[in-house]
Amino acid sequence: MSDEEDDIILSELDDEELVQQMFDDLYDGLKEEIEEAVNILLERGWQPYDILTKALVGGMTIVGHDFRDGILFVPEVLLAANAMKGGMHILKPLLAETGAPKQGKMVIGTVKGDIHDIGKNLVSMMMEGAGFEVVDLGINNPVENYLEAIAKEEADILGMSALLTTTMPYMKVVIDTMIAQGIRDDYIVLVGGAPLNEEFGKAIGADAYCRDAAVAVETAKEYISRKHNQMAAG
Amino acid sequence: MALVRMNGWSQVDLTCLPAILHNHPEKITDAVRDAVARHRGNYRRVAIVYADCGTGGLLEQACNEMGVEMVPGPHCYAFFDGLHRFAAREELTAFYLTDFLTRQFDAFVWKPLGLDRHPELLDMYFGHYETLVYLAQTDDPVLTASARQAADRMGLAFERRFTGYGELATTLERWAVC
Repeated sequence: MSDEEDDIILSELDDEELVQQMFDDLYDGLKEEIEEAVNILLERGWQPYDILTKALVGGMTIVGHDFRDGILFVPEVLLAANAMKGGMHILKPLLAETGAPKQGKMVIGTVKGDIHDIGKNLVSMMMEGAGFEVVDLGINNPVENYLEAIAKEEADILGMSALLTTTMPYMKVVIDTMIAQGIRDDYIVLVGGAPLNEEFGKAIGADAYCRDAAVAVETAKEYISRKHNQMAAG
Repeated sequence: MALVRMNGWSQVDLTCLPAILHNHPEKITDAVRDAVARHRGNYRRVAIVYADCGTGGLLEQACNEMGVEMVPGPHCYAFFDGLHRFAAREELTAFYLTDFLTRQFDAFVWKPLGLDRHPELLDMYFGHYETLVYLAQTDDPVLTASARQAADRMGLAFERRFTGYGELATTLERWAVC
């Protein structure tokens, strides 16, 4: 970063410049700067939901695209996510107070036998950023955890993640159990993880395989809107 | 390479793909397809010394289509340790190093994960791991010390497990002498 950029005083930027600067700071994974900028926008009377969608999600979308295109790599994405998390930490209680629009509810977790959660955590964060309520079950989840949570939380979406070739077949165990219990079609089932692909998602009976967090958000929105349309038609 | 040399398999040629492909498993299948297409005309038999290695079954599918054999199992840790033994251990929280990965720890683990520049990411990557298991192919005190040092850097307990070349040796022997 140049000296000139180092000298930027966030509070002296107008709103448009500040949002642009937040995009840059998210891209560079600068958590403290993001937290400062979020507070400045709040002081200027911005709605928490607008800060979230226009500044944070907007910035992370650029990060997501550059990750997809091979310009950014995992470490940079994690730093950006960490910065966004800092901003969301400030906004989350305010979003609840101000009644921000809710897209739907997702239960998400890494499957049994798998302790990897980087991808899952990114999806959780981006889904929250997009207005979904997310119940994160963490790692190493047997089928019982998923079924109990989707029922208790009255979830719209079940998300499952796996990083290992050896653990990804467990997703089918969960879906098959849902079929056996006659509840499969009550939920949108999204799956993701590095060794998965679209073919695998179809083969195990998921609604969709999501390549990355941005795709997960878009897919979830699409399925939720389809569900609403079906309900309206029915 | 060590097995070919040790066993004197002069009839076997080895073509290596870049080892760093293991950090990008989505590129392995196409790289193997290209290598098979390039070499199969010159040999009676072509075999793939990769396990699934994070390709999610795509490499196996490609090998079946091409009519070539590959090493069974999920990854090299499993075939060094023995497929059944490895599965039975159910070591969810173990991070594995082999001789190769111990030698190349910085180039293949530490730097690609950005930990040289951003050590604060360590917990995001390895927060759920507990032990570093060094699957040793050889008896080398220097490598053991390096593996132990890697465990210390990652904040993990250390275990050394001598495996030799495990099922890689028996699989290659079957291919080499048939």
